[in-house]
Amino acid sequence: MTSQNAPTAAAPSLLQRLDKAALAAFACVIVLLLAGSLYSSSFLSPEYLLQQLKVASFLGVVATGMMIVILLGQIDLSAPWVIAVGGMMSASAAAFGPFGPWINIPFGIGCGVALGLVNGVGVAYLRIPSMIVTLAVNAVAQGLMVVHTGGFSPQDSASPAMRFLATGEPVFGVPNALIVWGIVGLGAWFLLKRTTFGRAVYAIGNRERAAYLSGVDTQKVTLIAFALSGALSAFGGILLAGYASKAAQAMGDPYLLPAIASVVLGGASILGGRGTYLGTVAGVILVTLLQSILSVMQIPEAGRQIAYGLVILAMLLVYGRGDRLRT
Amino acid sequence: MRDWRFWLAENRGTLVALAIFLVMFTIYVSNHPAGFTANVVNTAANKGVLLALVAMAQTMVVLTSGIDLSVGTIFVLCNCVASHLLLVSPLGTIFGLLVTLAVGALCGAINGVLVIFGRLQPIVATIATGAVYYGLALWLRPDPGVADDFNGDFCDLFTGKLAFGVPASLVALTGVVLIVWAPFSRSALGRAAYAVGSSELSAYMSGAPVKAAKFSVYVLAGLLAGIGGLYLTFLTQSGEASSANASSYTLFSIASVVLGGVSLFGGSGSAIGAIFGALAFRAIGDLLFVFNIEPLWQPLFQGVVLLASVSIGAARLVGVRNRLELFG
Amino acid sequence: MHAASPLFAMEGVSKFYGGVRALEKADLVVLPGRVHAILGENGAGKSTLIKIMAGVVAPDEGRMTLSGETVAFASPVAAQAAGISCIFQELSLIPDLSVADNILINAPPTRLGLIDRARQRELAEAALAKAGASDIHPRTPVKDLPLSRRQLVEIAKALAREPRILILDEATSALAAADVAQVLNLLGRLRDEGLALLYISHRMHEIAEIADDCTIFRNGRNVASFKAGDKNDDEIVELMIGREYHSVFPPKPASRPDGERPALEVKDLAWNNRLKGISLTVGAGEIVGLGGLDGQGQRDLLLALFGALRGVAGEIRVGGEAVNVTSPRRAKSAAFGMALIPEDRKTEGLMLPMSIGDNLTFAALDRVSRSGVLDARAERAMIERSVQSLSIKISRAEAPVASLSGGNQQKVVIGKWLAAGPRIILLNDPTRGIDVGTKQEIYGLLRRLADSGAAIVFYSTDYAELIGCCDRVLVLYDGAVKRVLIGDEITEKALIASALNLGVGTEAVE
Repeated sequence: MTSQNAPTAAAPSLLQRLDKAALAAFACVIVLLLAGSLYSSSFLSPEYLLQQLKVASFLGVVATGMMIVILLGQIDLSAPWVIAVGGMMSASAAAFGPFGPWINIPFGIGCGVALGLVNGVGVAYLRIPSMIVTLAVNAVAQGLMVVHTGGFSPQDSASPAMRFLATGEPVFGVPNALIVWGIVGLGAWFLLKRTTFGRAVYAIGNRERAAYLSGVDTQKVTLIAFALSGALSAFGGILLAGYASKAAQAMGDPYLLPAIASVVLGGASILGGRGTYLGTVAGVILVTLLQSILSVMQIPEAGRQIAYGLVILAMLLVYGRGDRLRT
Repeated sequence: MRDWRFWLAENRGTLVALAIFLVMFTIYVSNHPAGFTANVVNTAANKGVLLALVAMAQTMVVLTSGIDLSVGTIFVLCNCVASHLLLVSPLGTIFGLLVTLAVGALCGAINGVLVIFGRLQPIVATIATGAVYYGLALWLRPDPGVADDFNGDFCDLFTGKLAFGVPASLVALTGVVLIVWAPFSRSALGRAAYAVGSSELSAYMSGAPVKAAKFSVYVLAGLLAGIGGLYLTFLTQSGEASSANASSYTLFSIASVVLGGVSLFGGSGSAIGAIFGALAFRAIGDLLFVFNIEPLWQPLFQGVVLLASVSIGAARLVGVRNRLELFG
Repeated sequence: MHAASPLFAMEGVSKFYGGVRALEKADLVVLPGRVHAILGENGAGKSTLIKIMAGVVAPDEGRMTLSGETVAFASPVAAQAAGISCIFQELSLIPDLSVADNILINAPPTRLGLIDRARQRELAEAALAKAGASDIHPRTPVKDLPLSRRQLVEIAKALAREPRILILDEATSALAAADVAQVLNLLGRLRDEGLALLYISHRMHEIAEIADDCTIFRNGRNVASFKAGDKNDDEIVELMIGREYHSVFPPKPASRPDGERPALEVKDLAWNNRLKGISLTVGAGEIVGLGGLDGQGQRDLLLALFGALRGVAGEIRVGGEAVNVTSPRRAKSAAFGMALIPEDRKTEGLMLPMSIGDNLTFAALDRVSRSGVLDARAERAMIERSVQSLSIKISRAEAPVASLSGGNQQKVVIGKWLAAGPRIILLNDPTRGIDVGTKQEIYGLLRRLADSGAAIVFYSTDYAELIGCCDRVLVLYDGAVKRVLIGDEITEKALIASALNLGVGTEAVE
């Protein structure tokens, strides 16, 4: 093996760069669509596909935050109630004084950041396993919302801005939600691939000790990652509340496992250090499509759960397997 | 006599959990309006034993540095199975018991196969299998209910009081510990499970039965969750595919395991510690009732106490002199 | 060679990893009652050979015979059952279990299906005694033992299985000199009892002491097998590296520039009862060595300088100014300009699954980025430069760094730090487990760096390196500087004597 001389340290070809797992995930998406079209041709219609992408956008925003945390080698189980906090607090703030509708969205995101920072401090500085800290923060967030709403369903309506973000379609009929996800996604992709922060995230997920000894402030990076995850979960909640015109109790619960599944099905390793954003996008679309097809086929809930679990298992067995101990 | 010092160090997590539980329980009982009566203790025991069983199940898998997010759904599934099969005739009862336990063990075995031979990460594999098991539970019991000739009397045996006011559930729990945990933890297979959690590669290189150990913990986890489901049937005398129960028992089992001094990284801790962790966790919930805290504030209180109790472990960081030790 | 028939033989064994030939038609003959040393550079195939013998990996070609019968091992257990016990470089101990549990991890004594703890303890104590480690209590959790004790437990574990063939793969690399002598003694006894021993080591003097037969591997093939003593050191090294072999160390400068402020000054550094008042100075252009037995504070000193320890008392001055190094991040910063080549490249120096390029740029990302955004072109240029200047053998910069040999991996660690342009370079035993060829390159590199103005602190467990590379050596004992040796004073005798705390002369501690 000789060392390279010429500047053929040129960027690797497109095929080399595309993550195999992401490709597999996209392939599964196509398979699902084709399978669904056997049931009903409307599965391939642009209206249906666009609708799916819109619904996927909400999950996509949450999964983006989850991905960053998973890349670090951690997990964020506080997503369900941080989503609820985002939705409820921004709806409530909308009615707060004359400036309400202006500040409510940043306020909702800010609440998410605050909870994310608690997670981050617990994981990075107190070295408590993330599974436990985020579980506890989830419980605290739930407790806070129960007190805030008095145990009833939240009555505050979503502000017009929230509704616009979630349901508007000003640009050639492309849903705003999708555009929002696109912007968030682009930002996340850029962050992970082209910044020192992103490089540090991958390094920490691979080997935190080596990253620390190489001069990275691993604790700060972890803190920021959890803050981002909290912000994105809250933002997801804001979009959801905008979509439904108001928040609801336990509105974030159905999003936790799909978010984790999306990231993992997209090829990211649950242990950290490996994964691309493109893969997560594929995973999100895959999961959304799966849930949608199952519900359109009017399969009862029991069958849906079983099918959902089996499909995820099947895909993981295809490309999510670990290495053998013995080579 | 240095041996007792080693024993102390080996069992530190469990002893701390026991201490926490005793403190919680004392506060609870001394402030309970009805006082330290057999009924109060029995009710607390019944609820505590449920979580304790699921926490034991979780411990098995956590020992090998895995995690089982399907324990709650196996728990619910077995509850639904038992609600159909625990019939009045003696043969029916035995059959019902055996089938329920077998279902639990089978679910665990499936998890094990996926993790060992499928080489899937436990956290994602069990999320997926959890969905499947829950679907099965829903199929068995779309609405809560119970078989027509259900053996209610048999159930009462396990949820009432025995001589001297000792709750039957505690006796049963002790029985489970003696029959399932004690032999396993002292066997070569059990020790191999600890080895796998501590360092799987070293365990393999040393010739420890890695695959057998991993498989056994998943099967035992399923079995224990199944026993828990059985017990839920004894208590409620009905079957319900409650997703709220499934997810809360799963998550609370993780909290119990941590409180019980079992390391989430694997290799150390004991199911007995997890039992105390579960009982302590339950006691926290009951404390709220006892202190008449408004129901509105209970979830918040519970969450804060959980957060505080897991942060206590961070106190050990104060003495850390070499920052490298912080990073695994 | 001998009248005795081989106990174990390998014929034409090959092993491929992807496109790389780790072993190619390798042969080996192992006789009972003899110590057979296996030599070769890293990547020569020794580790692969051993792993095949121990059942950890399966060969792709060839056959193995044990007492004349063909054998194949499906797993480490199978090899152990056949009487082959292996002590690996990376220990196979379970940290959370006790010493006794570890020694008897495989097939423990049982009674009624449960482990018989009392009997297990007896057996463990016997094994520990055999390995000369009776001072270790069988119930101690392995994670509480220092590395040198752990290696003795590893040896006890192998002996407990009463093997016919014992393989030691760099088994003494973590041992202190006294323990090494003990182990070599033990090996001699075992050999006299008829055991066949395979001994892999980079330490020539150990091999000279104990080996009966030698085999040299190069590029996956057996290039020479001979009786120990038939070839001298130079011939052996030539066979190992396949080219002519002259002096090992680059020449040291005759005199040093004087009168400048030292680049690094340490006064009365103390920490956690492991560093007890260490003072030293390093000037720009100097290579200062740290000597002494393992675990006397050398590693802690380097970590303290680099900011990884908390609660360090004493004064540190960089370029004359008193500083407070609170983290590696600060140590690395332009103000201090420090670099640390850590002890274990696999867990502390590299992110193994990440690409070679990502690892090479990791400590100098600020030089290839603007406001946090990376400049791909600048990155590629930096990678190119590092690969060229250190002659790192790679095929593509995108390949994971785990695919490189040990020596090249270490070069990546060094390259990573050099890219940050450090003025003070700390090295923690950088050539441990590295092949001779790469070692030479590293020695030359260090001298070049010193000549261009860097101040270097160099901890090594190899006396030859300290003698050959360093301008001054501080020998540490029990957390304090026992003796300072300058220039010609650095001799093996002086190093060993002061390492063992034998007062030779009345040198004052600087």
